[in-house]
Formats: sequence, C-alpha cells, structure tokens
Amino acid sequence: MATYSTNEFKSGLKIILDGDPYTIVENEFVKPGKGQAFNRAKVRNLKTGRVVERTFKSGDTVEAADVVEVEMQYLYNDGEHWYFMDQQTFEQLSADAGTVGDNAKWLKEQAVCQLTLWNGLPLSVSPPNFVTMTIVETDPGVRGDTSSGGGKPATLETGAVVRVPLFVQTGEVIKVDTRTGDYVSRVKE
Amino acid sequence: MSAPGVSGLARREWRPAAGLEVLRLRARLLAMVRGFFAERGVMEVDTPILSSAAVTDPHLDSFATVYAGPGTGGPVLYLHTSPEFPMKRLLAAGSGCIYQIAKVFRNGEAGRLHNPEFSLLEWYRLGFDPLRLIAEVAELVTLLLRDRIPLQAPEYLSYGAVFERYLGLDPHTATVAELAACATAQALRAPPGMPPDDPTPWLDLLLSHCIEPRLGQGRLSFIYDYPAAQAALARIRPDRPPVAERFELYLDGIELANGFHELTDAAEQRRRFERDNRRRAARQLPPLPVDERLLAALEFGLPDCAGVALGLDRLLMIAAGKTCLRDVLSFPLERA
Repeated sequence: MATYSTNEFKSGLKIILDGDPYTIVENEFVKPGKGQAFNRAKVRNLKTGRVVERTFKSGDTVEAADVVEVEMQYLYNDGEHWYFMDQQTFEQLSADAGTVGDNAKWLKEQAVCQLTLWNGLPLSVSPPNFVTMTIVETDPGVRGDTSSGGGKPATLETGAVVRVPLFVQTGEVIKVDTRTGDYVSRVKE
Repeated sequence: MSAPGVSGLARREWRPAAGLEVLRLRARLLAMVRGFFAERGVMEVDTPILSSAAVTDPHLDSFATVYAGPGTGGPVLYLHTSPEFPMKRLLAAGSGCIYQIAKVFRNGEAGRLHNPEFSLLEWYRLGFDPLRLIAEVAELVTLLLRDRIPLQAPEYLSYGAVFERYLGLDPHTATVAELAACATAQALRAPPGMPPDDPTPWLDLLLSHCIEPRLGQGRLSFIYDYPAAQAALARIRPDRPPVAERFELYLDGIELANGFHELTDAAEQRRRFERDNRRRAARQLPPLPVDERLLAALEFGLPDCAGVALGLDRLLMIAAGKTCLRDVLSFPLERA
C-alpha cells in the first residue's frame, strides 16, 4: 500500500480518507512553538466534489489514492451508460449517470473529454471547455428588440439549454463554454 | 548569451524571494532592536550555533551534523533551536541582562509561517517577573510596528481565560473526552492517533485551530499562566491548579513570542530533560544528549530572571504587510 507522509502534502496530491478518494486543495503546516504540529488541509472528495477540512498530526502517513487523469473520446450513450475510448489503446470504459452527472448535457459524440480514474474506474467526466452544438429549438426573436437584454433560451441537440442573443435562430451552430454554460458565439459551418 | 550548465530553474530562482524594500525594512528593524537594548543597557551576545547537546523537547527536531576535526568528545553536533542554554550559562557567569539576534534551526518545519532556519531575538532580564517582561515586549513590538500597523492597547489573558472566552471550557480541568467533544462542537475533526489519556495534544489542537486565529486582532494579545504540563523551561507556580509562568504573544492570529519566568532549579531541570527523553522514547524518537554544562550552570546559580524569544521574520512579515514568511526572507528553503 503506497502512502504519503504529511511532509509530502501539496495541492493536487490524491489520498484515501475513510475509503474515499480525495485531492488536497490546500495544506497548511500549523505548529505552536512548544507543542504538537499539525497539517491542516482542505481536501476535495473526488466522488462528491465536496470540500472539507481535515487535520493530521504532522509526520503521520495517509494512504495514497491511485487516481489519474486521462483524455478519452466520448462514443455513445446506451440509455444507462456513457462509453468512452482511449484513442491510443482503443480500450473502452463506461461511466454511469452518477459519475457523468450534469455534464451529460455537454457530451457530444466524438468529443475528447477528461476522465478522472480511480483504480481504473471513472470518478468524474469533464467535457471540453468549449463545445459547438446545433440549436434544435428557440423562439424566433424579434430583430431590434433589446428590451429583454439577457436574450432567450435555446435548446441544444444534447438537451442542454443556454441563453443566446435574440438574433440566433433554430438550426444554427453555436459555441458554448461548458464551465459556465454561457453562449460564446455563432459558428459558421 | 547564456552560460552553459545553469538550469532554467536556477535562472528563475537565483533572485531573493523578498523584495529589496522588505530587506531594507528588515535592516531598519534590526537597527531599532539594537538601539532599544543599547538604551536599556542590555548587552548583545553571540553564542555558538553548534552544540554537543541538544534540546530534548519532543516537539522540536534539531538538525544534527557530523564534525570531522579534532576538539570534541563526539562527532555529532546539533544546530541550536534557540540560543537559550548558552545564554543561561552567560547569565550564571554574571553577564547581567543580555540579548541575542540568532539564526536558529528547526528540522521539519516549513510552511506559510515556518522556515526551518529563522531569526530569533532572545533576551533575558535579571530580576524581572513575567509581567514586567511582558510590558517590555509590548513596548519593543509597538515601537517596531509604529507608523506601520495601527495597534490598540494590548490585551492580557490567562490561558484559562482564553479557553473560557472562545470555547467555554476550563483547560486546566477538562478531560480528554470533554476536549474531544469540544472539537466536535467546533466542527473540527480530530486527526487519527490522538492520545486517549493525554489532554496536552488536544489543548494544542483546540488552541491552534479554534483560538489562535482569533487572537491579536488589531492589538497585541498576551496569553499567560500555561498548564503545568506545558511549562517547557518555565517555573511552575504552586497555585491551585499549578500553572507554568510562561507567556506567549500573538498578533494577527500569529504566534510571535514565547517567554518564561526562568526555571533556576537544576534538579527540576534535570527531571524535565529526563522526562522529555522518556517521551521521545515513547514516540520512537532517539534520546538526545542532555546539556550537562547548562545543568552545572544552574547548579552554580542562575540569577532570578525572565526571558523571551521573539520571531523576527514573522514580525517583519506583519510590519511589511505580507502573509507569507517567504515573502520576507532573502532566500527561503526552496531557494537556499
């Protein structure tokens, strides 16, 4: 079993706590001049995304988590699982709805995604930062009407809904920032 | 054209981490410290960094180095973690009040507020009780921060009173179960491996996580009368409960200084060294050579005195408005 000493703590280090994989977000060495030293760490649960604080006695060891980030191509969804392929080895693996979560709406076939794997199994799926998608439905906006300011909702081919400017119409292809869900621009095919 | 052989990393890291304006401020503060003590007739001294004896405190890790030449009883020499022992030998030899600005070394300590090598200002005042020394510390620190940090009048709280104020418990009588319950109530998850029978690490945990960040907000906070178990080299006053005549200074939630009404009893000092070494053994740490020359000096007679050590780099950090020690060190560990 691989372990890390608290002396090796730094942000990004992957460790096991209570059986779950975590990544260290922040680590502070806390020591009174006379007395016990501690490492006070902010850690993110890689399954739930929750950030919590944990304290360790300095010098103690914790179990290392076999967590890696890989790039894989999204293939398809069979209604239950999302399938991804390693573009070098052609190895495939699947992720369930709990793992893909909200990001499902940004997954377009052939997109290259970032997968976090723990012991070879996916923990999370991150879509590319920018995706281009076709609008399948949006109200025909009235040209020159700027009173609503924030634009109008548009449904994309994956079911994602984003706000777009009034001049953008059904059938057009747009670029979206998946981190914020914001419309970026129209894309000429 | 760049010279061959120099790595890209070295090319980025040869420069000092601290800005030159911070280094100038450091020089000014050091000059003020020397002026402060010159005015009061306190003599500057200089004691060795290397010693054949080491501090036995289980929470301090001395660097050890190997001496190759003639002239010592053994090849291992320890880098001092504070100049306390030789300064006390000077006091016993009749030096009168003394101070020292020393580089000290603590293995394993690195972080936002720690560097394994740092500057300590340590001074001893004959005939001072802790209150009088606290007043002098306040005077010096206020002077050094004048025109840089606005400070309200200092506050003085006993160790018992800070726990009472911030956590509603009595640190002198609380059981481990009560301290653990208090941590839980503060949403603080105790680390694994905390001892079930020793309250001291639990007090350290609560103090460092729940109390320290709230101390010294806009003013100097002095904490005094520590539990006897945390006496280190301080005298124990036989009150009920007995308390160590030890104090600490906090500013902006940062520990700046630690002082003692100095223990002068050689037999008691030897018992504490031996107890430290037993605690080291219990933690699978090697025992360390006790400073017999210090014990001999105490036996000869250490005059009644109070002493304090103040972290100069941390003080400079606050004076410079920085939040990281490395921002005020010319070459912190990563660049040393």
